[in-house]
Amino acid sequence: MNPVSELIKNLADQHGRNRHNLLPILQGVVEQEKYLSEFSMVEIARELDLPASEVYGTATFYSFLEYKKMGKYIIRICKTITCSMKGKNQILLAIEDMLKIHVGETTPDGNFSLLQTNCLGFCHKAPAMLVNSEVYTDLTPEKVREVLSSYLKKQKEEKV
Amino acid sequence: MTKNIKISINGIPIEVEQGTTILDAARQAGVIIPSLCYHKDLCIAGNCRVCVVEIAGQKRLAAACATPCEEEMEILTNSLNVLHSRKQIIELLLSEHNADCTSCFKNGSCELQKLASDYKILKQDFIRLVPFKNYTIDKFSPSIIKDDSKCIRCQRCVRTCAELQGINALTVAYKGDQMKITTFFEKPINDVVCSTCGQCINHCPTGALVERNYIEKVWDAIADKSKHVIVQTAPAVRVGLGEELGFGPGERVTGKMVTALKRLGFDAVMDTDFTADLTIMEEGTELLTRLKSVLVDHDPKVKLPMATSCSPGWIKYIEHLFPDFLDHLSTCKSPQQMFGALAKTYYAKARNLDPEKIISVSIMPCTAKKFEAARPEMHDSGYRDVDYVLTTRELAIMIKQAGLDFMKLDDSHFDRLMGESTGAAVIFGATGGVMEAALRTVYELVTGREIPFKNLNITPVRGMEGVKEASVKIENPLEEWTFLDGVELKCAVAHGLVNAHKIMELIRLGKADYHFVEIMACPGGCLGGGGQPIPTSPEIRKKRAEAIYAEDEGMPLRKSHQNPEIIKIYKDFLDHPLSEKSHHLLHTHYVARERF
Amino acid sequence: MTASYQLKRADFIFKNENDWEQVLQKSISRSPQDLINELISSELKGRGGAGFPTGLKWKLTAEVSDSVKYVICNADEGEPGTFKDREILSMVPYKVLTGMAVCAHVIGAKEGYIYLRGEYFFLLPELNKSIREFEYYCKEINLDFTIRIFMGSGAYICGEETALFESMEGKRGEPRNKPPYPSNYGYMGKPTVINNVETLAHTFTIFKYGAKRFYDLGVQYSRGSKLFSVSGDTPKPGIYELELGMSLADFVEEFGDGDTKAVQVGGASGFLVPRKRFNETAIGFQGKLVGISLPTGGSMMLFNSSRSMFNVLDNYLEFFREESCGQCTPCRVGCQQLLKGIKAVKRGEKNAKYLDKLLRLTETMKLTAKCGLGQSVANSFSSIVENFREEMIY
Ligand SMILES: Cc1cc2nc3c(=O)[nH]c(=O)nc-3n(C[C@H](O)[C@H](O)[C@H](O)COP(=O)(O)O)c2cc1C
Ligand code: SF4
Ligand code: SF4
Ligand code: SF4
Ligand code: SF4
Ligand code: FES
Ligand code: FES
Repeated sequence: MNPVSELIKNLADQHGRNRHNLLPILQGVVEQEKYLSEFSMVEIARELDLPASEVYGTATFYSFLEYKKMGKYIIRICKTITCSMKGKNQILLAIEDMLKIHVGETTPDGNFSLLQTNCLGFCHKAPAMLVNSEVYTDLTPEKVREVLSSYLKKQKEEKV
Repeated sequence: MTKNIKISINGIPIEVEQGTTILDAARQAGVIIPSLCYHKDLCIAGNCRVCVVEIAGQKRLAAACATPCEEEMEILTNSLNVLHSRKQIIELLLSEHNADCTSCFKNGSCELQKLASDYKILKQDFIRLVPFKNYTIDKFSPSIIKDDSKCIRCQRCVRTCAELQGINALTVAYKGDQMKITTFFEKPINDVVCSTCGQCINHCPTGALVERNYIEKVWDAIADKSKHVIVQTAPAVRVGLGEELGFGPGERVTGKMVTALKRLGFDAVMDTDFTADLTIMEEGTELLTRLKSVLVDHDPKVKLPMATSCSPGWIKYIEHLFPDFLDHLSTCKSPQQMFGALAKTYYAKARNLDPEKIISVSIMPCTAKKFEAARPEMHDSGYRDVDYVLTTRELAIMIKQAGLDFMKLDDSHFDRLMGESTGAAVIFGATGGVMEAALRTVYELVTGREIPFKNLNITPVRGMEGVKEASVKIENPLEEWTFLDGVELKCAVAHGLVNAHKIMELIRLGKADYHFVEIMACPGGCLGGGGQPIPTSPEIRKKRAEAIYAEDEGMPLRKSHQNPEIIKIYKDFLDHPLSEKSHHLLHTHYVARERF
Repeated sequence: MTASYQLKRADFIFKNENDWEQVLQKSISRSPQDLINELISSELKGRGGAGFPTGLKWKLTAEVSDSVKYVICNADEGEPGTFKDREILSMVPYKVLTGMAVCAHVIGAKEGYIYLRGEYFFLLPELNKSIREFEYYCKEINLDFTIRIFMGSGAYICGEETALFESMEGKRGEPRNKPPYPSNYGYMGKPTVINNVETLAHTFTIFKYGAKRFYDLGVQYSRGSKLFSVSGDTPKPGIYELELGMSLADFVEEFGDGDTKAVQVGGASGFLVPRKRFNETAIGFQGKLVGISLPTGGSMMLFNSSRSMFNVLDNYLEFFREESCGQCTPCRVGCQQLLKGIKAVKRGEKNAKYLDKLLRLTETMKLTAKCGLGQSVANSFSSIVENFREEMIY
């Protein structure tokens, strides 16, 4: 069995196969795969006996349910008011400079995707960002470089 | 128990049933509140907000379509607040809309245009958003054109496809300013599960969903002197066409329609009803053959219930969603395609015409027939069997273009050879009609007696209930059919694919003990087809159905096997039902398709 | 300003109380009617949105007869500038869980859900642990009540209660028509109480100390304390529990950086109050003061004179344009028009009078949008444009 199909089957076994189980299943696939491919959505539709278009229409409503291929680490920088005031753009520049990608892009090695998002609920520690589900706050260009370096290092170690 | 409550609308007191929406209450009081996302066939969305009204004591305006009346409610439908807001909402819609009315298919029949005209939106100050949008036009389908730049996101199409058809080919995707109506992964509608039924077109208030039209092509063909252009008209067209041309719903305009077609310049005006009768002969015989294979020979390859196959929307639906059950379908082509295959063989030969020079046009209440005619399977005459399919609406447009004063036209008759029909064929246009027609013939074939229903009217299969059941017990059959003695022939009828789904689920679970099921893709059958006049509503469908049954009762012959032209075609050309020639020209096969 | 409008700190929410078992046990031994009366007399109003009286909400839901009902804790906390619910859930989760269980007892529900925003995924392990512990105790005292967490996935609108139900049902988070209201027709079409995290935490205080303790805080119509999420140009950003009814002047005195030009009260969907109105504005639900600003989620964003109010508005509108569910015309198209409109005025493509057309538009949005999101865009828009018109133009 295709590993994604298996993942979906397991998720459906775990959560159930009703319409109200759709979101947890979508989230489960995104957690593993980082995004929902055409294939996974058809599989989910089949598993839950839902129209595939409904799965697509629902998934695209939620900004964390990506439907385009994403990197292993998804960086989401908060662009809402306080983070903007507190230097979000410099953070963004530092990341773009370091990873050589723009917002919306993924590094060629498939490790990082760079996105913006809305208020993360850490305005008192602005600017803030998420790397996958990890929160980083009180960012400065130096700090963000450090954070990314640690991910790069982790990535290299995993390779070895 | 329903209680009445007292309310007032613009100061006029009225009493309405509890639970009535403000929109309906106002209509009862003779006040029309404008609406866009509201449609009688569909659940309430309450998203366009043009129906807002003021309720005394409430800070905000309420959507009349979505708000139930309450005791003592004082409703103002035209206060200054309401007028300003409503006008601004229309302006907003227009700012997102590619309003090039003069080159729009819906020009003159568009609900948005009518609102803009009623409210005289003369100055549009808002910034035009269209240039900033990545609107696409999907023209890949032979049936449907989907133009996002004309879409007001009322979701009527989405609800139609989900609630009436149970297909969900269309969905709402994304959110905020990106929100749009689209398909799975924004694929062309031709590549997804869409049945091409056209119900979404029929329910779309704007030009965002329209049929792919072939009007120019047909005019060109008519003008081409080297071509012999023939036309066939489906049963439901004659009870709908009048609505586009000045008559009220349910007017039978068969004779005027034939005259109009002749005046348009068609070389021969014939009738799909003829091949509807032929379908009964073929399909009825197929049913009996299957019954024998199952009941006598116990052949596991032969499947029951047998399902009708005259609705190409239904065919595409089952191909996508129940591909393992295609063996249940009758192999009969739809009447349109039987006609097409015969036109370029039987008719060509009889009239001594070169089939290559024949252009075969059909007038259908249906957009799925456009898709069907374009199927690669449909070339059994050696040519494309049906060249162009026009909807009832397209025919009305041609009649207007030709300047015919339709209401004043005299009646005339279809041309011979493939123009004669019976009442059994006419009722193909209503849900239950194929079943009724088949039973009239099959019962008589098997028993030698008329089916025991008063005036031949098999009422259990008539009406607008989603799934209808009927059974007929066969007693004292003719010698050949003794295996059917005492058999209770069980039938079911479904219309609207959401109801077809119910029957298919029974079949899938092995719980359907029917022998024969009739399924029509559209609500009400073809009379409520996607190519029929807009609007179509429950009341309008009911009127069209009444007209169909009246037409049937008025026919001298009401059983397909009595049609003299049918008798003739078997004698001269086809030999007998399910003959080799029949198989070649009148039957087809189906293909499994993707389920997204 | 009279004395009652002074800033007063309070310490209930985060006070560590390790007797939640007793509070729960004591509460569920009381009759629903009794508990409802207690809540009603506390005059607690919802801390998540419109400030609906919590006692009344529970009462209405209790009165509907249905064998299946739900209690939902709204932890979607998406309003820009609000971050207190996260803190409650990580510091004192048992208060919220107790509030939910008591509510379940009152209305007759057996299942509770916490709708947690996707951004707070990292809270899951600890929160789940607390829930297991809590459920274990419920079993011990024979209280048939379970709590599950439902994760959001990045959509602000899912904080709106009916959108939240839709989302939990596995659909797009599009707000429903109202009526019917959640008390009759909520999650899965069943009678549902949905309360904000903080609201539920306050019910703990009320059930433990009695309504009076709570009622004695705050001012008329705005009783009790409230958490404020303070951010922006302030030397001490953070979360503070303050009594309701304080004057904004007092607040700025305490939290401003000495150069405060304006305060956005209630997040992007709240109001911007300019310096000249600090004195006459109190933070509460309703009152006799000239200006009153709803605290809604309790977001307080301070701006000093270095900030461009145009940029602030631009940022808010960008937010709404994206986060609107997109279903209804006034909000979907309105947000785009407002955003494009202020940019056009700024660039000189439209003249200053166009701002009035836009103000008129926000009026229409307020009157006709289907849900609170579209209805409240007018709040920040008009309060910014009216007070800082020059900044919009030049
Ligand atoms: C656009 C929008 C977003 C909302 N977001 C939240 C939210 O994140 N958290 C919350 O508790 N209430 C939110 N609300 C308010 C809820 O609809 C609801 O009123 C609230 O959860 C009720 O709880 P309360 O009475 O305890 O305040 C939002 C409302 C709107 C219109
Ligand atoms: S959809 Fe209607 S309003 Fe739009 S261009 Fe066509 S006719 Fe005009
Ligand atoms: S044509 Fe029919 S099946 Fe296709 S999208 Fe429209 S309603 Fe759905
Ligand atoms: S395509 Fe037509 S029916 Fe569908 S949302 Fe757009 S305007 Fe409405
Ligand atoms: S007001 Fe905005 S968020 Fe609310 S229903 Fe309308 S479009 Fe959706
Ligand atoms: S504005 Fe960035 S976390 Fe709130
Ligand atoms: S018709 Fe009522 S909101 Fe659209």
